[in-house]
Amino acid sequence: MLTDSYDRGDFFDEMFDDAGPVRPHYQNVAEHLRSLDEAEYKRKQTAVDLSFMRGGVTFTVYNDDQGTERIFPFDLVPRVIPDTEWKRIEAGLAQRITALNLFLHDIYHEQKILKDRVIPPHYILGAKHFRREFMGFNVPKDIYVHICGTDLIRDRDGNYLVLEDNLRCPSGASYMLENRAALKRAFPELYRNARVHTVDEYAADLRRVLQYVSPPSLTTSQPNVVLMTPGVFNSAYFEHAFLARQMGIPIVEGRDLVVRDARVYMRTTSGLVPVDVIYRRIDDDFLDPTIFRPDSLLGVPGLVNAYRSGNVSLANSIGTGVADDKVVYYFVPKIIKYYLDQEPILPNVGTFLASEAEDRVFIMENLEKLVVKSANEAGGYGMLMGPWATREEIEAFREQIRANPRNFIAQHPISLSRHPTWCENGFEGRHIDLRPYILYGEKITITPGGLTRVALRKGSLVVNSSQGGGSKDTWVLQGDS
Amino acid sequence: MSDTILPTAQKPINDRRDSQVMLSRVANSLYWMSRYIERAENVARLLDVNLQLMLDFADLNDEQLKEHWLPILRSAGDEETFFKSHKKADSASVTEFLTFSPENPNSILSCLFTARENARQVRDQISLEMFEAINEAYLFLKSKNAREVWQSGAHEFYGQIKNYSHLFQGLTASTFIRNEGYEFINIGKLLERADKTTRILDLKYHILLPRVSDVGGAVDAAQWQAILRSASALEAYRKFHVEDILPKKVAEFLIFSTTFPRSIRSCMQHLDTDLHRLSGKERREYKSAEERAFGKLLSDLNFLTIEDIQAEGLHEFLQKVQETLDRLDDHIYREYMYHPPVDIQAEILLHQQQMQQQQ
Repeated sequence: MLTDSYDRGDFFDEMFDDAGPVRPHYQNVAEHLRSLDEAEYKRKQTAVDLSFMRGGVTFTVYNDDQGTERIFPFDLVPRVIPDTEWKRIEAGLAQRITALNLFLHDIYHEQKILKDRVIPPHYILGAKHFRREFMGFNVPKDIYVHICGTDLIRDRDGNYLVLEDNLRCPSGASYMLENRAALKRAFPELYRNARVHTVDEYAADLRRVLQYVSPPSLTTSQPNVVLMTPGVFNSAYFEHAFLARQMGIPIVEGRDLVVRDARVYMRTTSGLVPVDVIYRRIDDDFLDPTIFRPDSLLGVPGLVNAYRSGNVSLANSIGTGVADDKVVYYFVPKIIKYYLDQEPILPNVGTFLASEAEDRVFIMENLEKLVVKSANEAGGYGMLMGPWATREEIEAFREQIRANPRNFIAQHPISLSRHPTWCENGFEGRHIDLRPYILYGEKITITPGGLTRVALRKGSLVVNSSQGGGSKDTWVLQGDS
Repeated sequence: MSDTILPTAQKPINDRRDSQVMLSRVANSLYWMSRYIERAENVARLLDVNLQLMLDFADLNDEQLKEHWLPILRSAGDEETFFKSHKKADSASVTEFLTFSPENPNSILSCLFTARENARQVRDQISLEMFEAINEAYLFLKSKNAREVWQSGAHEFYGQIKNYSHLFQGLTASTFIRNEGYEFINIGKLLERADKTTRILDLKYHILLPRVSDVGGAVDAAQWQAILRSASALEAYRKFHVEDILPKKVAEFLIFSTTFPRSIRSCMQHLDTDLHRLSGKERREYKSAEERAFGKLLSDLNFLTIEDIQAEGLHEFLQKVQETLDRLDDHIYREYMYHPPVDIQAEILLHQQQMQQQQ
């Protein structure tokens, strides 16, 4: 199956090193794939796809009034990370989330980092997700970001770089867990022999974090923790239901909640029951029509006031979006240096700010060579991939950048590492990234592995599920081979 | 606001934080998920039996066909909706309408789609196995394959629909936690089942050649047999009555049997138990006027005979049962599921004022 005709191309290939041989930590996987025949492999793939469809492991496609549900394509070949490499990633992620939490505390209190001119204040005070209303507000246990998904990529030499931080409502953890379950069904022996770290603790860890940040005023040791979803039509609804089920907590919508005397209650068959912690999978803007968007029907009037009064905790806290703004991303290495006096273990991708005069000139002159991103978009939207874009697309972005430079950054395209992936005619290299999940409660917990996303279209660098991306199971080995 | 006036669901402030509390929305979805699955099964059985029955009456004219199918349409679906899009009520048009029509909210397709939508709403509450069973039914009906199966053999098709329902109900029994949600699932199923049994039995009132010459003839016997089969009751009936199928005995069996799980009395007995588990009341205490009316009817069934019912009129009696069940459904909704809608604008104003007072 996995033949000598596999084309590594001029990329960093996860399985094969540049000279040709299989990397030591992929020996097991490569051998197993060689021993399978194509029909058997396809049978396994079909069985997995069917089980996802049957189990409703799907996402809803937007802009489609049929309410079409699709499975997130899952490629059976696992992505493997050796232990030593993972330890470094882990240290880098812990360093990053620690610094970002200190940064958020500072921004919503003394703003020392602005006063010391490490970051020009206008970038923060004018940021879309900066919540002025929360200046001076103390969040429970001083933790702002409880759940973080950080996107990592590897460059031509295999160095891990941070592509972006997701500090609001990162999604995908359910796929990490479902992918693992599916892979264990498809390749039980391979999995057992490979000695892989388990990911099963994620839900229990998350539940512990949510309990840990319950309001200090709470007298019971059993806080009522709920997961708040925008509803069944949200594209990530499967994940919301899945995580709620794994944690054994109720899933609620805005309409299930009501606020009285700055306390949040849920409307149950036996009356109104107090809610203590909300794992909200809904953006700040939609939480409470009293404060944010008055037209939001997803939120709960009075929720923010209950939060401010310290009667309910939110994970993540309100206002964390200011730290995953792509312009602020540019400053993260400085943020790490400023608060921890350390060099970043995981570097950023080289970035230019359109709002800095010098950078802007460079960006405008090199649009066809750069990747341009909107500061506050996610999911691969609002992006220009210069080298692959048409002249019209480039000119359209030029106009937008000119009109609102604060809203754009540019980066050199990183070719992203590739991974053998099943395509119609056998295994081909496809670009991948990695989203590990970081939980911050009593301590920082990073689930070994994460979600490896793969751009299934030939040559594509876009891994988002909304744009032709798929995923892989991610193995962190207990050793290095 | 005193406890006695407010329905349970609207009582303010309860300090239960245990895992047994259930959102009213969840209770509502569990109830309808269960009801719609039971409904789909009943429609499937009704169509299956009647299509087979028609095989023995090949040379009916349009008028006779209409006479046959109209009551079925009435009992299972919606006559008015049907005649909006159809001129003729015959085997093809009625079965199509009751099986695949998305316009008919009670077609098998609509029932299973609605059941699945409700299951998705409570995806975190039901077991994976339950969701898979219902989702498989949905995916089957959504696929082109469904129509092909139907065209190549309606009997197999309806058999498959019944299997989905049985699988789901079996999995509910073997995988669902015995909490309040289980009562809502059971109540939904039993209410639907009792209601459908009244409608199936009532078919004979409307149906089918009520000409004097036919009564007691071969046609009549075949029809009473079809009634029994529509309620999955033919074999059960035969265990009690070895003689010919007698109308009076059929009615008696479908109304009074304490051992056949689809009889009206049997369904109501189980409903009674579930209602009490839900309300926490003592066995003979009832929570509301609707529950009392239900309790009274159940008690009547313990003392009435089929002769009493015949004297009152079978059709009138069945209508009374349906009305009592309808009112019970309404009571359950108001008591456990309904919360007054939140007026967002008023809420916003209220909380803005509260915040100003704090500042």
